[in-house]
Amino acid sequence: MVSVLDQTTADVGATVAELVRAIEAADSKGAMVVAVNNLATAQNVAAIPTLITVLGYNNPGAAVAAVNGLAALGSAAVPALLEQIDGYNYGARAWAIRALALIGDPRALPVLLETAKGDFALSVRRAAARGLGTIHWALLPHDQAATAQSDVLDVLTNATADPEWVVRYAAVAGLQTLAADLVEPAGQKPLILAALQRVFAQDETPAVQARARLALDTLESTR
Amino acid sequence: MKQDSQPLINAEIAEGEPLTVEQAIANLRQTADTGLRYYAAWWLGRFRVAEPAAIESLVVALGDESDRAPDGGYPLRRNAARALGKLGDRTVVPALIQCLQCDDYYVRESAAQALESLGDREAIPTLRTLLSGGVTAAVAVPGKPHLVQPYNAVIEALGTLGATDAVEDITPFLEHEVAQVQNAATRALYQLTGDATYCDRLVERLQEPNLQLRRSAMMDLGAIGYLPAAGAIAATLAENSLKLIALQGVLESHLRQSDFPSQTLSTEARQVLILMDELL
Repeated sequence: MVSVLDQTTADVGATVAELVRAIEAADSKGAMVVAVNNLATAQNVAAIPTLITVLGYNNPGAAVAAVNGLAALGSAAVPALLEQIDGYNYGARAWAIRALALIGDPRALPVLLETAKGDFALSVRRAAARGLGTIHWALLPHDQAATAQSDVLDVLTNATADPEWVVRYAAVAGLQTLAADLVEPAGQKPLILAALQRVFAQDETPAVQARARLALDTLESTR
Repeated sequence: MKQDSQPLINAEIAEGEPLTVEQAIANLRQTADTGLRYYAAWWLGRFRVAEPAAIESLVVALGDESDRAPDGGYPLRRNAARALGKLGDRTVVPALIQCLQCDDYYVRESAAQALESLGDREAIPTLRTLLSGGVTAAVAVPGKPHLVQPYNAVIEALGTLGATDAVEDITPFLEHEVAQVQNAATRALYQLTGDATYCDRLVERLQEPNLQLRRSAMMDLGAIGYLPAAGAIAATLAENSLKLIALQGVLESHLRQSDFPSQTLSTEARQVLILMDELL
């Protein structure tokens, strides 16, 4: 993080337009990462379209920086991310879902539910499952939150049977955070605990079993 | 671990024709359509069809002469060897050892990887012959994107198979000009000697400017399950998908050593899980 701050000190006073031009002028993958970091650190809503474009560049370092920049901008980035999501290639879509997952804005719920249920790319299902666990439920009225949480619970429970271990892992992580934030815990928490017990006892992948054990330990200690 | 990544990516992009086990075996046995045979061989491995009829047909495919690539290679043999590596049946080891002598570089590479997965030490002497001539002989084939032998696969297999007699053969490859070969040697020498300074070399590689080299070092650290590297793997600049696979390797190696799930989760296991959560 320190190095990022150092790089931006040189750019104090640089306008968003200048920072965007620096990205367009970047002549190597490394220079691109630095330029995207600088734009992301500016925390300016005018940077949103460029940060979204960077998600499609097949440069993981730059994409990470752009995702962090979008996540830091929070709800302001959600409409643009949702608007463009269908046009993304699958790498960019995974990064966009990851940004939406980090932001946790309930407007992303339909996209996250749909993605966790049936996206063909496992990395995208993984990010969506994680994001479903970290929605800011307080932004929704109680009744809407209760209905949505029941949908999320269904989708995440199904995702614990996904053929890919990393999606099952993400579903378990999502169930743990959901369990800590239920608006109607009396009915739903036992369902989550039962699903986690099932994964712990039966999953074929030790890493997934271990994640379920961690979830159960955490939830049982806070009961 | 490495040989899994390519077919998995293919599977993600194109699920292909849904097949039944009977149909896949029948497709592999017919000779009229080479495309169907090639796909059937991959499919049997992907879906872990380890029944005797499948194994037998795949072994026959290791000697196939009909499916030839423009460069003279044997595409079906390559896929059949990869599939057999996933099926866990050690009766095929002699047939795979024979493939180490095939003219086709990629057949030799697939066979070495399959022999590594099957874990049968019977393959060690023949694998070692592929290192003969040492680093001096380990040069690129003119006009091809590869060296004269699949050194990475051979060295990694020798490491996994516990070929301690091969330490002297492998050590010079630490200085080979290709960084991935250096990584393979480093990883194997750690497995064969238990000396952690070899792992530290791989950890340093995670800072390389070149993404391919960072990926290669990361997957090697995951494959050998080097727990102290977990934080460095999580922090390196690379795709989260690959970091998660490497960390899974580290975590599961530690879980086996700490007798999970009969024992509770160790502090170290919890720390790796927290790192993995951040990458989802």
